[in-house]
Amino acid sequence: MEIRIERVEKDFGDYPALRDVNLTIAPGELVALLGPSGSGKTTLLRAIAGLSNPDRGRILFDSEDATTLSVQERRVGFVFQNYALFKHLTVADNIAYGLKVRPRRSRPSRAEIAARAAELLEFVQLDGLGARYPAQLSGGQRQRVALARALAIEPRVLLLDEPFGALDARVRKDLRRWLREVHRQTGLTTVFVTHDQDEAMELADRVVVLDKGRIEQIGTPDELYDRPASPFVLSFVGEALALPVQVADGKVIFQGKELHVSSENLRNGPARVYFRPADIALHGGQIGALEGRVEAVRRTAAGLRASISIPGYDQTVEVDTVDRAGTTLGSSVPLSLNNVRIFSTAAEETLGDGAGI
Amino acid sequence: MSEAIPSAALAPVIAVAAPRSVTEETPLTRNVLIGVAVAFLGLFLLLPLAVVFTEAMAKGAGAFFATFEEPDARAAIRLTLIVAAIVVPLNALFGVCAAWAISKFSFPGKSVLITLIDLPFSVSPVVSGLVYVLVFGSQGLLGPTFAAYGIQVVFAIPGIVLATIFVTFPFVARELIPLMQEQGTVEEEAALTLGASGFRTFLTVTLPNIKWGLLYGVLLANARAMGEFGAVSVVSGHIRGLTNTIPLQVEILYNEYNIVSAFALASLLAGLALVTLGFKTLLEWRYAGQIAGRRRH
Repeated sequence: MEIRIERVEKDFGDYPALRDVNLTIAPGELVALLGPSGSGKTTLLRAIAGLSNPDRGRILFDSEDATTLSVQERRVGFVFQNYALFKHLTVADNIAYGLKVRPRRSRPSRAEIAARAAELLEFVQLDGLGARYPAQLSGGQRQRVALARALAIEPRVLLLDEPFGALDARVRKDLRRWLREVHRQTGLTTVFVTHDQDEAMELADRVVVLDKGRIEQIGTPDELYDRPASPFVLSFVGEALALPVQVADGKVIFQGKELHVSSENLRNGPARVYFRPADIALHGGQIGALEGRVEAVRRTAAGLRASISIPGYDQTVEVDTVDRAGTTLGSSVPLSLNNVRIFSTAAEETLGDGAGI
Repeated sequence: MSEAIPSAALAPVIAVAAPRSVTEETPLTRNVLIGVAVAFLGLFLLLPLAVVFTEAMAKGAGAFFATFEEPDARAAIRLTLIVAAIVVPLNALFGVCAAWAISKFSFPGKSVLITLIDLPFSVSPVVSGLVYVLVFGSQGLLGPTFAAYGIQVVFAIPGIVLATIFVTFPFVARELIPLMQEQGTVEEEAALTLGASGFRTFLTVTLPNIKWGLLYGVLLANARAMGEFGAVSVVSGHIRGLTNTIPLQVEILYNEYNIVSAFALASLLAGLALVTLGFKTLLEWRYAGQIAGRRRH
C-alpha cells in the first residue's frame, strides 16, 4: 500500500512538532525516519498510525484519506518502542489479541486464532514459548513478540518506533538482518523511526532525515552520503568537519589564502567548507593553501595516525598516513581536501561541489 | 599501613568501632528507639484493642452474643452493610474515572481536581456532615426541593450514604492515580492499534493492570465506610433502628452504660479492622509492585 503524506503539520502548544511534511512512500518500500530527539520523527509515525492526528494536511493510504479513519480502522501494525506487550497475557494471547477483539462476525474461530498464533510464533522463531509471560522473555524475544502481534492483524502497513533502541549491540545486529528478512517475506510497506544513522542506512531503501519538525532530505543511503542537501544532513549522517571560510567573488578564502574549491552559486560572505574526516589527507608536495601542525603521532594497525591542528580552526583533525618522515612532531605539513561541500553560513544555501584542492 | 603508631594504643578503639557501619547507631540508641516505638504501639493500639475484646466478653459469651439478638443492633449492622454496599462500588467507579482522567489526559483544572480529591482528608468529617445538613436539610438549599418530591435526605439513609461517599472518596482514586500515571498509556495504545474499541481496551488491558491497586483501595474505602462516625453522626439523626450505623449504635449503648453491648458491637468493628489489616498486608506482600500504596504509606 502507498502512503502519501501531504502538507502535514502538527503543533504541541507553541512548539511546531511537524512543519509542512510531504512524503510519498511506495508500496512495499522500507523507509527510515531519521533524526535527533525532538525532530518530529515519532510524531510523524504516530500520525500515520492514527495515534495522533495532524493539525493540518492529510495522510492518504493508497487513495483513501486515512486522516478521517480511526486508529482501529486504519489497520496498521505498530511496534512500540518498549514493545508495550500486555504484561498479564501470555505470549500466545498477546499475539492473538488483535484477532480476539474483532467483532463477532469477522472474528475467526477459536481454533483458527490458536493456529494463527502458533504460525506467527514459528515465523518469529519463538515456537514453544507461547505459554510464557512477557516478563520471562529477553529483550530480543519481546521485540519479536511485539512484531508477531502487529502482524497478526494482517496490517496494511508496518510501523516501528525505535525498533532496536532498547537492545544491546549484538542482538541489535541480528534483529536488523532479521527485520530486513521479515520485510522481504511480507512485502509490507514498512516505516521505522530511528536516531541511529547506521541503522537507517543499513536497513532502509530510503531515508527521511528530519530536524525540528521539517524534512531536511529524502534519499537513498547513497544520495545522503554523497549528496547531502544541508549542513544538518551532512553532520547527522556520518561525521563531518567544517572550516569557516569567506567567499568573495567566486573565491573561497581560508585564513587569508584561497582554497581551490569550486564556489559556484555561492554568494559572498561567510561560509563553511564541510568534509568527512576520511577526506582530509597529507599531501606530499609543497605547502599549499591549507597547512597544519603535527601535534601527536600514534601507531595504528595500518600505519600512523597524526593529530593535526589547523591555524584558524578550533578542532584537531586525525589523519592516517604511512609516511613517518613527513610527520615529525611540531612540523608544518601540507593538507589536501577531497569531496568538500560548501554551505553559506548566513542562509545555509548551496553549493559548491566535490572538487579537491 | 607502615606508620609508626603503637598498635596497642589503637587496638581497643578499632575493636569497638570496626564492626559498626557509619549509618548504624549504638546498641543503646537502637534499643531505646525500638522500645519507645513498641511501648507506644502497645499503649495506644494493642491495649485498647485488648480492652475492647475483654470488656465485650466481661459477662461471658452469652451476654456477648445476646447483643446481636437486639433488634436495634441488628438494624445498625444491616444499615452499615447497606451503606457500604452502596458507597464502595460507587467509590470504585468514581475512583477509576478520576484516576483515568487525571493520569491519561491533560486538561485545564487538573491540579484543582487532584486537590479536590484530597479535600476529605483535610476537612473534619463533622464539618462535611454539617455541609450536607445545610444543603439538604429542611432549612437547607436543596432540602425543600427534595422534600416536595417526598425524598428525605438528611436524617435518613440517603444522607448517610452521601456523607460516607464524601469521606471515603479519596481512597480508590489516591491509590490508582500514581499507579496509572506510572503505567502510562502505551499498552492501551497498542490495544487500539490492534483494533480493540475503547471500552474493550479498558476491560482487557487497563483493568487487569490496576486490579490489585483497585482492590487495595476498595479495601481501605470499605473499612472507612463501615467505621465512619463524625460525618454520619451529624446527618443521621440517631434514630434507633432506622438511622444508626454500628459506630453510632456503639456510642448510644455506651452512653447508656450498656458496656457489654457497646463493646460487643465495637468488637465487630475491631474485627473488621483486623481482617482489613490482614488483607492489606497480604496484598502488599503478594502484589507489591502493582500497588502504589506500598510505596506511599
